[in-house]
Amino acid sequence: MNEPIRNRYEFILLFDVENGNPNGDPDMGNMPRVDPQTGHGIVTDVCLKRKIRDYVDLVKDGQEGYNIYVKSGVVLNDQNKKAYVANGLEPTDKRQKPDVEAKLVQFMCQNFFDIRTFGAVMTTGVNCGQVRGPVQLSFARSMDPIFQQEVTITRRAVTNEKDADAGQTMGKKQVVPYGLYRAEGYISANLAKKTTGFSEDDLILLWDSLVNMFEHDHSASRGKMAARKLIVFKHENELGCCQSHILFGKVQTKRQPSELPPRSFEDYSITIDRDLPKGVELIEKL
Amino acid sequence: MVWGDYACFTRPEMKVERVSYDVMTPSAARGVLEAIYWKPAIRWNVDKIHVMNPIKFDNIRRNERSGKISSVKVERAMREGNVSLYQDKSEDTVQRASLLLRDVCYCIDAHFDISETNGETETDEKHYNMALRRMRKGQCFHHPYLGCREFSAQFELIEGELPASYYNGRVDGTRDLGIMLWDIDFSNDNKPIFFRAQMKDGIIDVQKCREEGTFS
Repeated sequence: MNEPIRNRYEFILLFDVENGNPNGDPDMGNMPRVDPQTGHGIVTDVCLKRKIRDYVDLVKDGQEGYNIYVKSGVVLNDQNKKAYVANGLEPTDKRQKPDVEAKLVQFMCQNFFDIRTFGAVMTTGVNCGQVRGPVQLSFARSMDPIFQQEVTITRRAVTNEKDADAGQTMGKKQVVPYGLYRAEGYISANLAKKTTGFSEDDLILLWDSLVNMFEHDHSASRGKMAARKLIVFKHENELGCCQSHILFGKVQTKRQPSELPPRSFEDYSITIDRDLPKGVELIEKL
Repeated sequence: MVWGDYACFTRPEMKVERVSYDVMTPSAARGVLEAIYWKPAIRWNVDKIHVMNPIKFDNIRRNERSGKISSVKVERAMREGNVSLYQDKSEDTVQRASLLLRDVCYCIDAHFDISETNGETETDEKHYNMALRRMRKGQCFHHPYLGCREFSAQFELIEGELPASYYNGRVDGTRDLGIMLWDIDFSNDNKPIFFRAQMKDGIIDVQKCREEGTFS
């Protein structure tokens, strides 16, 4: 199962949030991100990637080949590294010879799940030192305009002495009462084969992380977040059999008729058109 | 024809807090074409870029990383094995805004030249038909994108009449977009080449603009 993948994939992930902030906007005092033109909520690609990394780190726990390159200051368990055979490289200036570069990139890809999956910018490599990973995520958007609510909370204990007389301090929480978001992604078999060696096992782990990443990411600000649907389109070959926007159009989300704004997943119905172009298979992972 | 919700064709002079050009650069268009079909034997050349939708901007601020790993560090890890290789979320995080384009749609008008490395078997016909087949079927080597990988592009081959641009016949459809990046000259130490982009009725005739002068 360590073979690089041989099929092109597209996937749709539907996830929702209840009384929480899925992704705060640093420009707006951490209010939930919103598209100013439509009022729809946004969750950035990097926010979702962070969750995937954290999940893989949690499940694999520093297992060889599943290290995470972009992480919080946890030092790697380096025991397994000892096994690496010295390549006898002489440190040179920034521009490496192509064959040396290839070795470095290969080393990084073998060790780090997130570089194999998403790529990374390193000073190695030819094109500004980038390794392009096979998995490409775009911004997730909510199905309907979201309502940004600011909830004021109080705290009985105080931090500063000068607040002691007041007896309590006020704080703010920013939440979305409910939002159903849709993220779309692409996986290129060619980049897996040519560059990073993203394997069938890695793919299973990726699906697993998309389904479960919110389960291990609970916090006071997130509220109730859950993956609701993961729909995968598998092409029978590396290049694909059909345009992705046609496939993405096969999954439609509809509001149930109601006077009130949506407040739960039951307020939506999801229809999947299973009449697919030749050579594409639809897999419901969740 | 390519379209997407967002795009960011970053101006090289505003790279830290990214600011997009008003329109797609020829090098980004080349990137889209190469994502669909490319072989070392051919070189895509962008002739015209048709701007189909009104130019709109949007601002997004994200947590990003400030540095990248040095090859020396990777080598040390390979040799000695007791080096911690990771990027620290708390230490290297920077918040950066990007000024992005919204709801973009372009028609790319391009041709390819056979480059020097071609063997006896390389014919224009072969590459042309392969590229055409892929575009018709929506096949691609990796998914094309509009400037950055998180802004994926949908694409379709236009075989008949081009649809009319929003800017067709409008006063603001003819404007001087100033100096824009044309492409990077990879054979010449990655030297960037700029050109003066003029839009006429929503169409940028790249080749014509280049004849009027390039800078590098």
